[in-house]
Amino acid sequence: MELNSAFVNFSEKSSLKIALVGNPNSGKSTLFNALTGLHQKTGNFPGVTVDKKTGFTKLSAQLTAEIVDLPGTYSLYPKSLDESVTFEVLCNPENHNHPDITIVVADASNLKRNLFLVSQIIDLKIPVILALNMIDLVEKDGIIIDTVRLSERLGVKVVAISARKKDGIEELRSALLQPLPVPQLDFIDVNKIAGEVIAKIKSVIKLNSDFVAFQTISNFSQIHYLDNHANKREKIGEIIKNSGADVNKLQTLESVERYKVINRMVAECVTHKSAVQDETFTHKLDGILTHKIFGFAIFLIILFFLFQTIFFLAAIPMGWIENFFVFISEFASRTLPPGELTNLLVNGILAGLSGVVVFVPQIALLFAFIAVLEDTGYMARVSFIMDKLMRRFGLNGRSVIPLVSGVACAVPAIMSTRTISSWKERIITIMVTPLMSCSARLPVYTLIISLVVPKEKTLGFFNYQGLILMCLYLVGFIAAMGAAYVFKVILRAKEKSYFIMELPVYRSPQWKTVSIAITDKVKVFLFDAGKIIVAISVILWFLSSHAPGNRIETIEKKYATTEMVSKYNATELKAKISSEKLESSYAGVIGKWIEPAIAPLGFDWKIGIALVTSFAAREVFVGTMATIYSAGNTDNSTTIRDKMHSKVNETTGMPSFSMAVCFSLLIFYAFAMQCVSTMAVVYRETKSWKWPLFQFLYMGTLAYLASFMVYHFLK
Amino acid sequence: MKNKKVLKNLAQLKIGESGVIDSFTDKDMALKLLEMGCTPGETVTLDRIAPMGDPIAIMVAGYLLSLRKEEASTVLVSMINPN
Repeated sequence: MELNSAFVNFSEKSSLKIALVGNPNSGKSTLFNALTGLHQKTGNFPGVTVDKKTGFTKLSAQLTAEIVDLPGTYSLYPKSLDESVTFEVLCNPENHNHPDITIVVADASNLKRNLFLVSQIIDLKIPVILALNMIDLVEKDGIIIDTVRLSERLGVKVVAISARKKDGIEELRSALLQPLPVPQLDFIDVNKIAGEVIAKIKSVIKLNSDFVAFQTISNFSQIHYLDNHANKREKIGEIIKNSGADVNKLQTLESVERYKVINRMVAECVTHKSAVQDETFTHKLDGILTHKIFGFAIFLIILFFLFQTIFFLAAIPMGWIENFFVFISEFASRTLPPGELTNLLVNGILAGLSGVVVFVPQIALLFAFIAVLEDTGYMARVSFIMDKLMRRFGLNGRSVIPLVSGVACAVPAIMSTRTISSWKERIITIMVTPLMSCSARLPVYTLIISLVVPKEKTLGFFNYQGLILMCLYLVGFIAAMGAAYVFKVILRAKEKSYFIMELPVYRSPQWKTVSIAITDKVKVFLFDAGKIIVAISVILWFLSSHAPGNRIETIEKKYATTEMVSKYNATELKAKISSEKLESSYAGVIGKWIEPAIAPLGFDWKIGIALVTSFAAREVFVGTMATIYSAGNTDNSTTIRDKMHSKVNETTGMPSFSMAVCFSLLIFYAFAMQCVSTMAVVYRETKSWKWPLFQFLYMGTLAYLASFMVYHFLK
Repeated sequence: MKNKKVLKNLAQLKIGESGVIDSFTDKDMALKLLEMGCTPGETVTLDRIAPMGDPIAIMVAGYLLSLRKEEASTVLVSMINPN
């Protein structure tokens, strides 16, 4: 009998690789969470920028299965990077991630469309289990799916589940341990479409399924199973070229053929008890949420809450984190012997760590928010109502969330661009988000504005200072949209972009999905971007605390003389020493070295130093100014302001902080990419240094030119 | 002989109007739409239009699909209830 060869049994094995595939919104991730709990990790598919989620689940005493959550896809025609990962893993038996068993998750309430992917995977002739998800919803709607019959017709095991309610999960687990039929029947016969070419390909290489040969014709450039067989690859390439096959036509014929079979199958296996489907809830809610007035009003309210959450609510735990690190640093400097190592630990490493951990509350809160918006199905509506407006700027409806979040902080904002599926729209969003004025710019703006803008009110109630501040936020926003427009024109898309998208039915959010989204994002940030941020803060610490030669000792000796000690009190002395040390440090050297370059903007070397040090974070500008002007107490912005106010530029003889200089500086801080954390996150999200460097350069150029113009206009 | 069909493109439907998918005018778009379940012979109903007039949402194969008018205009439908 042939029967034995058609079954595989993994119950005796000690390890098992399982892949989860399915349409977007099929509940694939919910099932993944239900199967693996918190035993998950996020890695990388080799060579591509697609995140790989892996989890583990114990199936029996000796068998632990590794589950890979493959990117959601509607078909095995790879059109995006994400989809080509799924395509490659399933179609190439030599791929490191190729599964022993593939669980295809299908939304039972949307059976026809979901069966399309199922049918393609069946035709790969790999061991498959169909998890028919959301069966509870279907039953509620009075629809009965004959799973036994469906299983017979498909030739694979079918398990009805509700991943949200955790129904059927145990059945699915035990199904994995039982002998599993390997699909034998062709769902459709692709030989009818391209039999001749398939036969020729099969004469070159032995393949399990004719569909793989068919896929080789239609996706030759994306096929990797031939990578280790160079001459066969060449031969097959020749065959396909000579056949003159029209790929588009082949796939169209395939799709139509598949849907013909699917329609027959659905007619056979699905019965409607009640004639009318209960779509009313989603329909009614859409009436409000995509309404001309209410739709936008509700979206604005949601954005308002989102902004409040990450701007003000997050500030509370951020304060705790900062205080905690201050406490640890003080404790360390008190208890550890003074010296280079303690200095490195306190001012380099601990300061860097603090600069990383401080982002966690914002990231956690923003992703809690986004997870809820995604999980309920609302996010798709945001795209729907905002698309027309955003597409003019090369952006996606979903870009609104990162842009608004960017006003609080670009770091979580850029991480949130993941929900944008088009590569080009996502890159543009990432590129322009840092132009939105973030909260780290606020202390810089406040300090500089207070230097030159009078406190008076105009028209009775408008405060000049507030007006200028508002203009800066506006300038940031306009620059972001303008830059987006330019990128839309100059960037070439890697892939064709469609808007074609499902509007899923509204569901209540699941707290498990939300909590997993938070931990996932926080982990990725801490471990991937955190490393880079700490490393750069250590470098910056070194630059601002070390000097060439023995300059530091000379300064210390100079101020140790009795003359100096009697001239100044202890605080003044300390401030003088730090000021001189910073001036002679490497940062000071760089500041002086770049002075000719920044002089056209009205900046002297002192501002140059601040530009160097504030690369760690923009708000460091204030502290650096305090040190340079030996204002002593850095918390007291009035003293810094007064000191800065009275300074005269040594070369121009004008006040160091004239109107022209201050506005030039404001514009510079509005546009320049002075944030190592953002660059680290952009690197992490694009998996390439090309984008953060490009971003640094274009924002730097923009800042330079704009400051130059402002300075010369006001001078 | 069949009656002459009244063909419209999908972007021309009014809210609540239904049509049966007849054919596509853009090959690449057709492929994407096919995989989303918009096959010839399938009935589609225009469910709603976004507040700014674009994109639109259609009911097809039992679910709600949104697409831009530009994309929808490549789908030809024969009218079910022509007035």
